Parts: sequence; C-alpha cells; structure tokens
Amino acid sequence: MATWESIATTAAQVQDGLVKATDLVDRALKTIEDKQDFNAIIATIPDRAHERAKSIDEQIARGEKVGRLAGVPFIAKDNFLTFGSETTAASNILKGFKAPYQATAIEKLEAEGAICVAKANLDAFAHGSSTENSDFMVTKNPHDKTRVPGGSSGGSTAAVMLDMAPFALGTDTGGSIRQPASFCGAVGYKPTYGLVSRSGVVAMASSTDTIGPLARTVEDAALVLDVIAGKDELDSTSIDRDTTPYTDLSFDLKGKKIGLIKEYMGEGLDPGVKQQILAATEAMKKAGAEIVEVSMPSLELVLACYYVIVPAEISSNLSRYDGQRYGFSHSDAKTLEDSYNLSRSHGFGNEAKRRIMIGTYVLTSGYYDAYYKKAQQLRTKLIQEFEAAFSKVDFLAGPVAPTTAFKIGEVSDDPLQTYLQDIYSVAINLVGIPAVSIPAGTVQSLPVGLQLMAPQRQDRQLLAIAKKTEEIL
Amino acid sequence: MAKLTRDDVLKLAQLSRLQLSEEEITQFQNEISAILGYVEQLQNADVEGLEPTNQVTGLKDVTRADEIRDYGMSPEDLLANAPAKADDGHLQVKRMLQ
Repeated sequence: MATWESIATTAAQVQDGLVKATDLVDRALKTIEDKQDFNAIIATIPDRAHERAKSIDEQIARGEKVGRLAGVPFIAKDNFLTFGSETTAASNILKGFKAPYQATAIEKLEAEGAICVAKANLDAFAHGSSTENSDFMVTKNPHDKTRVPGGSSGGSTAAVMLDMAPFALGTDTGGSIRQPASFCGAVGYKPTYGLVSRSGVVAMASSTDTIGPLARTVEDAALVLDVIAGKDELDSTSIDRDTTPYTDLSFDLKGKKIGLIKEYMGEGLDPGVKQQILAATEAMKKAGAEIVEVSMPSLELVLACYYVIVPAEISSNLSRYDGQRYGFSHSDAKTLEDSYNLSRSHGFGNEAKRRIMIGTYVLTSGYYDAYYKKAQQLRTKLIQEFEAAFSKVDFLAGPVAPTTAFKIGEVSDDPLQTYLQDIYSVAINLVGIPAVSIPAGTVQSLPVGLQLMAPQRQDRQLLAIAKKTEEIL
Repeated sequence: MAKLTRDDVLKLAQLSRLQLSEEEITQFQNEISAILGYVEQLQNADVEGLEPTNQVTGLKDVTRADEIRDYGMSPEDLLANAPAKADDGHLQVKRMLQ
C-alpha cells in the first residue's frame, strides 16, 4: 500500500470531495490488517471510526464547514483514553478498561474532524524503550523484523512508517517519542512540557510526561501540534500556546548558532551513528549555520538523576491501580489489603513492579534526602547549565540514542542496560525543553535520528529549524 | 551501597502493596540493588545550596472557579469499570472494620 499524502493534502482532498472519509478509514484499517505481523496495533476502533467518517462525509455533501483535519485517520498510543475501544496502557491491569472520557488531545483532534482508527502498542505504562515491556506483544521494526522499533511509543511509530495512518500520537517522558522515531526513520516531536494537555493520558511521571506526534515529515508533525497544543483547564500544569500557528515555519539557517553537545558525542556513542550526526551538522554548516561545541558537565549524572525522580513519580502515579474502582481485581482476595496486594501483583508486569519499588525506596524517609532531594537539586543544576548553553547558542544538537535499533531480546534481560539507552534523551524531559528527532540517514540500512533542541516555549522555532534541516539532509 | 537484603525487598513490597513470589524476591533483590548501585553516583553531585526543582513550568497556584461543571459523565458511567458494585450505585469494597 502506498504512503499517505501529507496531512494537509489529505484533509484538502476530503474537504473538496475528491476522497471520502469512509474510504480513508477503510484504507487505514486494511493496512493495519495486512501488516498485523508487525504487532504495532493492540486494537482497532472500526465502528466509531466509520460512524464519524460517515458523519463527516454527510456534512461535506451538505456543504457544511468541517474541521481542519476532517477525515484524516490517526492512531493513538494505548495510554490515551479514547471512546470506542479499551484503553490498556499495554498492561494486564487495565485489560477490559473502557474510558468514561477521552484525552484532551483526542478531543481536540476530533473537534477538527480527525478520526482515531486504532490504539498502538507500547511498553506497559510507557516504562521502556523497545515495547519489550508490553504485557501483550513486542512490536517489530518496520525496517527489520528481528529488531525493536524503539519505545515506549514503538507501536505508534511503527504504525506511521508502515503507512497505517498519516500520523500517530505518542508520549515522551524520557525519550519515548524521539527514540522510536530515530529507530524507525520517522519524525518524532516532543513539545515544551505543558504545551499539550496531559488530561486523559495514563500518567507515568507527572513532571516529565509530554504528548506529541509521530509523522513522516516535520510539516505534518507541526500541523498536529498546532491542533493539540493549548492551555487546558483539566491540566493545571498546562501552559499557554504561541499565538502564531506552529505551522508557520519560515526559517533561515544562516547565522544560526547550533551547539553540539559534547557529552553526547563521546564514548558510548556508536561510531556509525556519530558519523551520521556529524554529517548532518556539516550539512547545516554548509547551509550557513555555525556549529559550536557546548558542554554541560552535569549530563554525566543525568541518567542517575532521571532514574531516581521518574520511578519516584511512577510509584505515586501507579498507586491508583488498587483493584477497587477500575482495572484488574483479584477474585481470591479476602481482605482489602489482600485485594490491593493480589490485584497489583497479578496485574502489573515486572518493569512496573521494579520502578514502583525503586520509587518507594528513594521516597522512604531516611533515603529521601540522599536520593530524591539530591536528584531534584541536580535537576536545578541541569536547568541552569541548559540556560547557560542557550545563552551562547540558538539550538542544541546531538544524537537521539547511542545506537540504531537493537535486536529483540538483546538488552531486555538486564534492566540497567535498557535504561542506558535513554542516556541522550532524558535530560530534555528533566529540564522541560522541546526536542525533535528527524531522519538523518542510515547505518547499515538502519535509520538514525538527529536530535534538535530549543529553549522552553520555542516550539515553533524548533519545528522551523527541523523543517529546514529535513530539507537539506 | 550494600546489596538489598531479603527483608529490605519484603519491606519495599509491603509499602508498594505488592506480593512477591520467592523467585521474584531474589530477582528484584539483584535487579534493584544494581539499579540503586548505579544511581548512587548522585552522591558525587555538587549541589550545595541549590533549591530542588519539582516542576519546570514556573506556574504557581493554578486555580479555577469553584463552580459545578457538567463533564457529560453520569455516576453510572464512572462506575462502569468497577469490579464490585452495591445495588444502590456505590462501589463495593472488602470489609474494613471488624
């Protein structure tokens, strides 16, 4: 099946009556069925999708105004609450759960006529970098079925690159949009923290969770962001959006200063990946940008910082899965405490249990100061170092991940090895700035992503440089 | 840091409301000790005098008007996923008081 047109083109075709929304939904669902063996999709939403498509087609036939994305199919990572299907977060503890409301991001897309056709696979509760922690199945990389697509938004990313839909929604708490984008050759955009409402998205780590698009081009990602961004009363950590549309991407690389992060280009980075990153920055230089080296020494400790703060927040956020109001509830439980223990123990997978216990440990009085408080202080230091870097350069650049897509099973036996995959992505979440992964060639036929970063709230500028760079690479 | 003891793991499990098998206790003892050993590096951080950051937006005291809003959900909708319900539209849980 052919690759989709741009989102704007697809929407225009529907608007002009050249193509029916119902046909687009059918196309998406057929592609999903044809490529089942990639394990990208947990569930499809055929009834609701057809209903909405039919309604849109009827509106257009009557000459009524429809939304900017009317008829455009999309796929949502299964940690987004949606109507018409279960929302499982790829965890056994939420099997059978039917959301009573939808995520704000979904509501906003639907208000513009976009149609959610399926829920994508992820590492359970978004804990992971490969989808190997999904309680249901491992998604396969579209370029090589023996390899992972990356994670945790692996299903969403694979779905886009397999042409199941023009775009998908993912979440990024430590790299989970950017890393699969890098591994699959997609564009993965992580906005400034707070720019897109977290309401209706299964919470992982509340101070770092973000929502963003996976698409084939920066232009498509920017359009999706323009629809989903904005302050939401239901999310008290959401911020005001830019008044200028995120689709306004005119940009000139001449004279722009790009800081290549020293700590991301050293030992531990695969030489093939390094070569692609340097080639990309060379191309940017040829187009008039100035490439300088920046150093942020606290990055040496960033992974330790992240794996204290995030498990702590996870342990708090996962305490709601107690078998009482929703989710798996163990039938053998005799007492309330039993019900908590048995429901959680049988419902949660290993990674969730690991992170809950690590989080519990670092928040325990006696250890709180040594771990959690210290990590939060280091976080302040990191923010200061990023601010200092941005006072010297306009944007930052570097790799997204230390390698290209690894083989299924290669790192999954050792949790710590898996965590090390996140070494270049987590700092961005801790400081709350926007970042994007755009395709930057291949190493032995496997995609590599270039990571570009901007100061907080400069999402439009970041998308603009990303689009320009995409053009020259 | 020293490896977590079996008792340490059991205590963590209890606080986390998790019940672990013998195999899991040993497995988590090894894995969590390794991870905590790794994050131990934080002790090297020079963060003297720095305030902890717990959120990056800079927002403070975000409030909304104290008004009832209709979000289009009935009590039935919200209880639809409940594992046990009492007939009068309540959640049912195990006995708490003896």
